[in-house]
Amino acid sequence: MTKLTAVMAGNVWKIVKNEGDSVSAGEDVVILESMKMEIPIPAETDGVIKELKVKEGDFVNEGDEIAIIE
Amino acid sequence: MTYLEELENRIERIKKGGKEKYHEANKERGKLFVRKRLELLLDVGMDIEDAFFANCMAEDLPSDGVVTGIGKINGQNVCVMANDSTVKAGSWGKRTVEKILRIQETAMKLGIPMIYLVDSAGARITDQIEMFPGRRGAGRIFHNQIKLSGRVPQVCLLFGPSAAGGAYIPAFCDVVIMVEGNASMYLGSPRMAEKVIGEKVTLEEMGGARMHCTVSGVGDVLVQSEEEAISFARRYLSYFPANFRNKPAAIEAKPPKTADKTITEIIPENQNAPFDMYALIDQVIDEDSFCEIKKEFAKELITGLARINGHSVGIIANQPRVKGGVLFTDSADKAAKFIQLCDAFNIPLLFLTDVPGFMIGTKVEREGIIRHGAKMLFSMSEATVPKISVIVRKAYGAGLYAMAGPAFEPDAVLAFPNAQIAVMGPEAAVNAVHAKRIAELPEEERMAFIKEKQNAYKEEIDVYRLASEMVIDDIIHPDRLREELVKRFDVYADKNVTFTERKHGVYPV
Repeated sequence: MTKLTAVMAGNVWKIVKNEGDSVSAGEDVVILESMKMEIPIPAETDGVIKELKVKEGDFVNEGDEIAIIE
Repeated sequence: MTYLEELENRIERIKKGGKEKYHEANKERGKLFVRKRLELLLDVGMDIEDAFFANCMAEDLPSDGVVTGIGKINGQNVCVMANDSTVKAGSWGKRTVEKILRIQETAMKLGIPMIYLVDSAGARITDQIEMFPGRRGAGRIFHNQIKLSGRVPQVCLLFGPSAAGGAYIPAFCDVVIMVEGNASMYLGSPRMAEKVIGEKVTLEEMGGARMHCTVSGVGDVLVQSEEEAISFARRYLSYFPANFRNKPAAIEAKPPKTADKTITEIIPENQNAPFDMYALIDQVIDEDSFCEIKKEFAKELITGLARINGHSVGIIANQPRVKGGVLFTDSADKAAKFIQLCDAFNIPLLFLTDVPGFMIGTKVEREGIIRHGAKMLFSMSEATVPKISVIVRKAYGAGLYAMAGPAFEPDAVLAFPNAQIAVMGPEAAVNAVHAKRIAELPEEERMAFIKEKQNAYKEEIDVYRLASEMVIDDIIHPDRLREELVKRFDVYADKNVTFTERKHGVYPV
């Protein structure tokens, strides 16, 4: 089980993968919007999205949990 | 036994280093014997070794736990000091310290690189009065390092621990190469941390190679074996001259790597979408010439040595794929040291700019982002080597300044036709200027109003307007970037300027 966290403060711009979806390492799970830039948050390992902790429009701080991948 | 036999016997004994059990223990950890390390590092082993007999009256302290001398790397003489961890864990006694001091002083006199192969438990407590506090004590090693800094390249290969005061050897080197699993740096060991502050932590977590190369930034290059560390050090030095008075040697030029996409195709039209800056770098530099420094640290900024048309160049490039290429405290520090390194040794600088600015918000302000950003601006500004800034896509706010913008005496600022240079991007600017109006407008008119204002703003910061005002020196076709750089670096190679006359600046730290 790995936790995916925000690399920097920003808003959740787009949810790319939903709960139950499988992802491979390097694939984007969520895209944040910060400093007017799209900030992709890719999965670090292969797995399935067990829990998504954010929804579009949410503010996240650096280090906040975004998803749990199993 | 004749006196000649005695000499040979003694040499043989000393060459073997410490007890067999320590050699075995090192082997189990994938650690090579100090003399083997030197054999691999140098073209043909040591040419000169001094104080081989240091402390030879003590049976168990061959060479007093450190090998010092001169050999060649890529045909260039270099000074080396290499701890022998089979001798009292590579700890420092009086003669160990004196040997290190002397080889540093030789590097200073000869103006040749100083290489530190570190694998040491630190001070030999039993010898502390002789080796710790005095004029020729361990502190002098760091004093010498600081004196050597910027005069000759100083490289640290960290194969084992570098503990307590000893951890300052890597800290004062230009580059620190760390072997994962074996190399570590710390002021107080985990055992000491538990005793003194009550913290329970492993060595890897607190001072391991991965931690230092990814989190603290004290390490620069993370490698998996000693052989890899050694080959990196040899390669790294090929980009440098022997000292600050010389220029790096050029080698035969190579064309860039063949790629599926041209630079034009690599850069997305949408200013806010990420792309991979490494792909662009590949198309600018000679194939296989990228020697990246701090690859695992503050990845939103790429720093590395490379060759363009056979000549050494230092690249500082924003990486839009990581954190949008925004500058943070760590990336600013990373850039500051790399720029100083290149400037010290006459390596021209290439800035590849695609930066939305410095990060904003409470977290970074509390970390002192202004102070860290100032370091980057300071070293970039002071650098007098040829310096070219290429605005690949956007240069907003202080990001423009930090990436060798027009005000900082770069030799040229070049821009791609889609480049945007501004205090801030169109979205942010329209929000800032028209916030009140936007809020007052009925919902259905809002988007049209914003779009209209954004377009007007884009026109105002249009790259041709900036070229017309001579803010930038040229607008170039992205796919002709390399030829442009080859021409310009060739011309600027004769540059010879002094930044300003003074003792030294008051560095923001």
